[in-house]
Amino acid sequence: MEDEVILLNFWPSMFGMRTMIALEEKGVKYEYREEDVANNKSPLLLEMNPIYKKIPVLIHNGKPVCESIIQVQYIDEVWSNKNQLLPSDPYQRAQALFWADFIEKKVFVCGRKTWATKGEELEEAKKDFIEILKTLQSELGDKPYFGGDQFGFVDIVLIGFYSWFPAYQKFGNFSIEPECSKLMVWGKRCMERESVAKSLPESEKVIGYVLRLKKLYGI
Amino acid sequence: MASEEVKVIGAWASPFVMRPRIALNLKSVPYEFLEEPFGSKSELLLKSNPVHKKIPVLLHGDKSVCESNIIVEYIDETWSSSGPSILPSHPYDRAIARFWAAYIDEKWFVPLRNILKAEGEEEKKAVIAQVEEGNALLEKAFIDCSKGKPFFNGDHIGYLDIAFGCFLGWLRVTGLAAGHKLLDEAKTPSLSKWAERFCNDPAVKPVMPETATLAEFAKKIFAKPQA
Repeated sequence: MEDEVILLNFWPSMFGMRTMIALEEKGVKYEYREEDVANNKSPLLLEMNPIYKKIPVLIHNGKPVCESIIQVQYIDEVWSNKNQLLPSDPYQRAQALFWADFIEKKVFVCGRKTWATKGEELEEAKKDFIEILKTLQSELGDKPYFGGDQFGFVDIVLIGFYSWFPAYQKFGNFSIEPECSKLMVWGKRCMERESVAKSLPESEKVIGYVLRLKKLYGI
Repeated sequence: MASEEVKVIGAWASPFVMRPRIALNLKSVPYEFLEEPFGSKSELLLKSNPVHKKIPVLLHGDKSVCESNIIVEYIDETWSSSGPSILPSHPYDRAIARFWAAYIDEKWFVPLRNILKAEGEEEKKAVIAQVEEGNALLEKAFIDCSKGKPFFNGDHIGYLDIAFGCFLGWLRVTGLAAGHKLLDEAKTPSLSKWAERFCNDPAVKPVMPETATLAEFAKKIFAKPQA
């Protein structure tokens, strides 16, 4: 029986990018549906994610899985025969989940401030953002990927933000490269993977989107 | 490897710390409990969790594992041949359990924490209403997940039981202090019955604080400064 996989998403979402990359890595055929999250969420979205009413939502044979990190774990467990994303060793797995949680707690909120705030708040945010990236860079160390030699879970959780880096830098008026050059090399390396290249939007598109958001909210 | 020394750095009153302790009890794994002094952080904690500097931390041999729900998964996988499975076996059920555990920590817990800090009746009523809204969602989640069995995880307590059940002491104490029962059998009958079963479970009883002791502690930490 063919699996029916639908992904409800919104193209700039770094969260949705995670799920897309995971599906691509596993070679899973899926139907992509773009949601108009600002103006007109579909009845399907509201039905499948009644608690948060947010994308991405993964619908597998009619059953919804919500929250991108949970979706990536789910995809890894269901399509377990190819490209393992999480390590098998319990301790390595706990480390991967820890860093995914760290990224989840820190990167989005701080990143958002680099284009949505100004003055003192912006200066604080830029400092904090660089510190967060430096912590991640230190965890990466000299490894090609966060998990070691293989592209995996933590890379997938973080890489979506790479498409937003130019936007953060442009609107926040700062540069990530000087203190995070190793992380930028990691980003370029990930972009060479087909699953990532297919799932991340062009940075210019993201910049255009942020410009529209700023106009809309008057920030 | 599973036979290496196990320690938990934590505090008796913390619901998050209860989670790994319940999991270790379920797996019959002996461990040393290292109580953090209230108001300060030990050298060991700062060394074992340099990123967040928070409890609980599980020390297993020379490894340290942080974040309570991650620790519970680690315990389930490391001692997989001992005791019942903590996470459900089916990937979809696992995704649902993880979803609700995340909801509990990110949404449900926030107003609960704010009830004792609320300034005035209006604010208190508002946060109580938020907790009760969350309880109603969890009541439905319990019915869906348990499928007629006694726990979220089925016949035995599991990941989601632990993720939510660890807050039952604080739910009771906060309700007493606020003068409003927070887990009401009339509003959430299934959840209320589940709560009693959870608290009586042999893996939970040794680490669930006594209501009176917790109430005393709550008075101390939420005491308003004298004018």
